[in-house]
Amino acid sequence: MNKIWLVTQREYLTRVTNKTFILTTLLAPLGILLFMVAVVLVMSTGSDKNKVINIYDPSGLLGGEFQSRDNLTFEFSNKPISEQIELYKQEKINGILELPELKDSLASRYVYKYHSDDQLAMDENMSIESAIGKKIRNYKLKKLNISTETLEKIDTDIVSEPVTILKDKKISSITTVVSSVLGGIVGYAMFFIILIYGMQVMRSVMEEKINRIIEVLISSLKPFELMMGKVLGVGLVGLTQISIWLVLMPLIYFIGAALFGFNPEGMENLQQTNLPAETMELTSKEKIGQVFLEIKAMNWWLILPLTLFYFLAGYFAYSALFAAIGSAVGEDINDANSLTFPVMMPLMFSIYIGFSAVNAPDSSLAVWSSMIPLLSSIVMPVRLPFDPPLWQIGVSMVSLIVFTIFLVWLAARIYRVGILMYGKKASFKEISKWIFYKG
Amino acid sequence: MNVLSLQNVVKTYANHVAVNDVSFDVKAGSIFGLLGPNGAGKTSLIRIITTITAADSGKVLLNGQALNSLHPNEIGYMPEERGLYKNMKVGEQLTYLAQLKGLSKADALKQLKYWLDKFEIHSWWHKKIGDLSKGMSQKVQFIATVVHKPSLIILDEPFSGLDPINANLIKDEIFELKEKGASILFSTHRMEQVEEICQDIVLINKGKILLYGDVNQIKHDFKEHLFSVKYTGNGSQDKNISGFDVVSDQSNELILKSNGSQTSNELLANLIQKGINIQSFNEILPSLNEIFIKKVAASNE
Repeated sequence: MNKIWLVTQREYLTRVTNKTFILTTLLAPLGILLFMVAVVLVMSTGSDKNKVINIYDPSGLLGGEFQSRDNLTFEFSNKPISEQIELYKQEKINGILELPELKDSLASRYVYKYHSDDQLAMDENMSIESAIGKKIRNYKLKKLNISTETLEKIDTDIVSEPVTILKDKKISSITTVVSSVLGGIVGYAMFFIILIYGMQVMRSVMEEKINRIIEVLISSLKPFELMMGKVLGVGLVGLTQISIWLVLMPLIYFIGAALFGFNPEGMENLQQTNLPAETMELTSKEKIGQVFLEIKAMNWWLILPLTLFYFLAGYFAYSALFAAIGSAVGEDINDANSLTFPVMMPLMFSIYIGFSAVNAPDSSLAVWSSMIPLLSSIVMPVRLPFDPPLWQIGVSMVSLIVFTIFLVWLAARIYRVGILMYGKKASFKEISKWIFYKG
Repeated sequence: MNVLSLQNVVKTYANHVAVNDVSFDVKAGSIFGLLGPNGAGKTSLIRIITTITAADSGKVLLNGQALNSLHPNEIGYMPEERGLYKNMKVGEQLTYLAQLKGLSKADALKQLKYWLDKFEIHSWWHKKIGDLSKGMSQKVQFIATVVHKPSLIILDEPFSGLDPINANLIKDEIFELKEKGASILFSTHRMEQVEEICQDIVLINKGKILLYGDVNQIKHDFKEHLFSVKYTGNGSQDKNISGFDVVSDQSNELILKSNGSQTSNELLANLIQKGINIQSFNEILPSLNEIFIKKVAASNE
């Protein structure tokens, strides 16, 4: 036990004090922040020049009304196009928007012209189109004798109201959305964490084998102790990195918000401008408040410890397998790719099943996969926000524990032989023989 | 008292017998040579002794006890393929390896101070192994092997890759450790080193023992009763001496083979009587190298 702890300490300390680790851990949230700032800047600037655009609207389609935007100034002018083109040539204006008369009041297609050698930016085009669209819609409504009140009566806001029968819990339509997003994020995070740190365990095993220090080490402690120490040490590094990020992310976010003078609401407004009108109504402040309430109402006392459990069990199972693979690789690091394939398979499978479980958390695929070891370590956390039955969680946990212990044992059997084998990488046939080697 | 005792040890791998019924003893406070050509089973034997693998059958006793999980702390092992963490600092690395051998951190630091001072390399403490030369990292490796005061030190080709100065340094350390009571199992196929250092040897080939015993005794057992006489002058004298055949007589060196009826003293007396100016006289003992080649070739037939 003492020796496992020594290995754990070394694996942990050499990684945590490594410059690359410190840099990536600290810079990753900063990088995300910079990326967000960049996105905000890019989106809010659009085009940097101030443009003056004349609108030629002889039929009065827009009714002399069109809002100027940040750096676009619209002016109505009914001078003939040829005269206005002279103005363009004198660089007094940047373009002419020509809106021909709407001849057929029920036409499904309307073409307007934009005279200029420079194209308008995409969002500029879109806002002009939606403004014209609205005007034409109103124009058509008038022609067809439909009042706006009548129209509002036609549109129906459809809201589903889930009602539980046996469970004593209030759920709303938003519960499902929140659970899906939460489940998706957790599943994805689990996948990447298990993959990244599992690979680190593998590389660490390969390093010792290629360095040839392995023989010195296992004349001091048992291969199993070395493997477990390694898995634990790298796992602790993972937990450290994630906790640092969990603390840093909001911190940097708020610092950034204060420094750059944008607030979360501003971001939302920005996104909303690009969304069609219907969705805009859905993401009103009220609904956001409701989302937070839903998140608060989640059974965190169950979800958090269980997610941690699935992460640990999944990490142990996979990283033990990665350690076994690392031991079977020869001198060439590139050999690892073909050997990792069988371990990557269940990992990839489970993330795909996880995605489908987000949509259908009670489908038989999701239910069964969340109880099958290896798959369950990712699929079950995805299902947790949907309140799966306790017996399923129980079966899933017990089977995962049993299978993880089995896998660690199996990996240790392979590892103890593999680390002493030099030369080219082992085939799967050879590896399966190692399991049964004695001594 | 034997520090190590192997009794009928057998180890079989899937396709071959690596160690076939091997028994030998290593006396406490001695330097013991484990010899054999490449692939003879030396590494398999060492891995059994260091508890890296287990024997299929037979017994291995360390200080009179069957090998157990505490024994690795009493053994220091320097493998032929040296290995250290390249990106770890000398001090941290040695402390870690010493702790893995059961030393407390304080003891490890104390011992390391002694050894680093002794090799005058204390300034390396913060250097990374990757930045050291091969000879320098060999010294670090040697310290890692002996820092926990093992009662049995196993050195696999300890001088390979060392320049003569460093090789001598390590050789002196080996003798000093022996004086302090440690036993050294020295695995090599460099025979001249064995003759110089070891008291007892075991020669194995194809997993079997070919020879086992005291180095001098073995040399006597294999001697061919040849005598070398170096002399001055033109050497025109008659050299026929009863009981001896002349094997060769070239460049003032006479080689004679005894048929066993006369002693070396009688040979000398006869030579002096014949008026030969003797410069040197000695019995030719076979080198371990010759014995090694002869025995291995015979066993391969």
